[in-house]
Amino acid sequence: MGQIRTETMTVNMGPQHPSTHGVLRLVLELDGENVVSASTTIGYLHTGIEKTAEQKKWQQVIPLVERMDYLSAQSNSLAFVTSVEKLLGLDLPDRVKWIRVLLAELQRINSHLVWLGTHVMDLGAVSVMLYCFRERELLLNINEMIAGFRMFPSYIRVGGLREDLPAEFHETVRAFLDRMPEKLADYERLLTKNQIFRKRTHGVGYISKEDAVAWGLVGPIARSSGVQYDVRRAFPYLVYDKIDFEVPVRTEGDVYARYLLRLVEMRESLKICRQALDRITPRGEWAVDDPRITPPPKDKVYTEMEALIQHFLIYSQGFTVPAGEAAVPIEGPRGEQAFYVVSDGSNRPWRVKSRGPSFFACQAMPTYLIGALIADVVAIIGSTDIVLGDVDR
Amino acid sequence: MDLVYIAHIGVILFTFFMLLNSAAVLVLMERKVAAFLQQRLGPNRTGPWGTLQPVADILKLLFKEELRPLAADRWLFALAPILSVTAAFSAFAVVPWGGTTTLFGLLPEPVPLRVADVNVGILVLFAITSMGIYGIVLAGWSSNSKYSLLGGLRSSAQMISYELSYGLALGAVLLLGNSLSLTDIVNQQSGYWFGVIPRWFIFIQPLGFVIYMIAGIAETNRAPFDFPEAEQELVAGYHTEYSSFRFALFFLAEYVNMVTVSAVATTLFLGGWHGPFLPEWLGWLWWLAKLFALLFFYIWMRWTLPRYRYDQLMHFGWKVLLPVAVINLLLTAAAVLYWG
Repeated sequence: MGQIRTETMTVNMGPQHPSTHGVLRLVLELDGENVVSASTTIGYLHTGIEKTAEQKKWQQVIPLVERMDYLSAQSNSLAFVTSVEKLLGLDLPDRVKWIRVLLAELQRINSHLVWLGTHVMDLGAVSVMLYCFRERELLLNINEMIAGFRMFPSYIRVGGLREDLPAEFHETVRAFLDRMPEKLADYERLLTKNQIFRKRTHGVGYISKEDAVAWGLVGPIARSSGVQYDVRRAFPYLVYDKIDFEVPVRTEGDVYARYLLRLVEMRESLKICRQALDRITPRGEWAVDDPRITPPPKDKVYTEMEALIQHFLIYSQGFTVPAGEAAVPIEGPRGEQAFYVVSDGSNRPWRVKSRGPSFFACQAMPTYLIGALIADVVAIIGSTDIVLGDVDR
Repeated sequence: MDLVYIAHIGVILFTFFMLLNSAAVLVLMERKVAAFLQQRLGPNRTGPWGTLQPVADILKLLFKEELRPLAADRWLFALAPILSVTAAFSAFAVVPWGGTTTLFGLLPEPVPLRVADVNVGILVLFAITSMGIYGIVLAGWSSNSKYSLLGGLRSSAQMISYELSYGLALGAVLLLGNSLSLTDIVNQQSGYWFGVIPRWFIFIQPLGFVIYMIAGIAETNRAPFDFPEAEQELVAGYHTEYSSFRFALFFLAEYVNMVTVSAVATTLFLGGWHGPFLPEWLGWLWWLAKLFALLFFYIWMRWTLPRYRYDQLMHFGWKVLLPVAVINLLLTAAAVLYWG
């Protein structure tokens, strides 16, 4: 029998495909179901937020950056605010730092819950998604409580917070922290030892430590390949140097390792949250005592002329930031993220540039996709936990 | 035309009608069970407890525009869903769903509750259920769409890996029953061992039952073996390009196939309509109870387990399921020879 002529098939996966986590477009060259080559096309969710930010006053940029990586809004605003505060040279009260730590860690759990739900749904276990969203609902309720907005609270502001914590904040957060470990154990019971899940994820989407470093991967993907790098440990910001927590690292570098690693991260986040919650007093300082940035309290605005003027200035023209540039990295749910902020000394940023972890996970995509099966492709995309809002900005 | 003849035709029409209904009931059951598993309410706006949801679903599908891609193969595209649904319905013909009835003494002689008692029933079942795969492969191929094609390819790969074990599991029952007729096999499962254990074949063929159920899930393209339509991977697999009534036919075929596979399992392993407590003429209640227990199991699996990968199913089918099925068959054969 003579040689049968075979040819590869090019399949366009996305931007409208159930498993591309938004609008990622993959052009896959398939030999049967094996991926021979893959290329990513991004830009379908381009929003021009970075450019828009240049026309907004400093405080007004926060709602914008929260919408970049829409699954970790408070990490974005924290990263942005930290850079701006460095330019301003502010020294925050301790209580604000602890609250920010708490919010950032709750945000990490929130983001990881969405990741777990959607990732496992891509593998076919649909119910886990709803279990994860059930717990995420509680986190969104906390957001609603502190700011009246569930997804993008804009609660973290330059110079502190928007306002003090609401009543019953501690009880609500405590209830969540008490409930969560049990639920995490539930997810694990459904998945970790599940033979099908293990077969689908074990050894799939491998990326070596060298490749991870070379592609600039950060966060859980890098740590599951053996890269020991967590900004919270390497360059402690806020009060992370005073907190007792572990940074999990695995060396397998496959989808299963990333899954296990993120679950451990959620547990560690819970630990951090508990420590933070114990340190936060129900009432106290919620912003720096700096009249340039923090508006005076309302009762003074109504009684004192200077306070009224100050209030008017802050809300009409905003505050100015000394000329200079800053980029302070923080550890978001997807890894190191930072905002490179340039000021020309005016009340608006001259340039805001986001260093989003999803973008780097996305550019490395062909490395772990080639050689995989179509079924693996969705598992791998899910395990990288990319958010296209963060990639395209 | 005598009464018995009319009663026979009545039973046939009734079976067909109930099979259609069972698909509707299953749709509701699937939604409700899934909802309970996922801590949701499920459909509750359409009628009491959402009972009219299947009607709403069907009406919605019927009112949709019937789309056919320009590049599709016109005739095969139309043929594929018909083939699927025909195979699904006709396979049920050989499955008995109750004993006999005289309709409270109206009929001069008892009428069996089944469409046909074919003396080679199992072979007919095999032949027809295997036909169903053509519908899927043709749908995948004729749509002229890449995702559909992949779905079609997967289903043929899947079929060759489970069909053998499926057959061997049935073969063991066939040896025990010493007959190819499903009615005969059911009748051999009446009565009790030691007065308490029903003489159902599941108790002497547990392995065969497990193999049959696994292969049956693969046969009906249900999760965790739903590769041909794997939503998260292939958009909708073989029926990506189908809409409206043609899509509804595929949908119907899937559910009817589920009923058929469960009904055959009930017949061959769970003693069909035989069971304790109920008189013979109410046997169909037992049959229904067993059927829906199996169907519930199907739905439970679907909403709990992640999906296999199709090459892993092939590994599993050839390297685990088939050897086990062969051993099971040989053991059964030896036991039947020894004890007669």
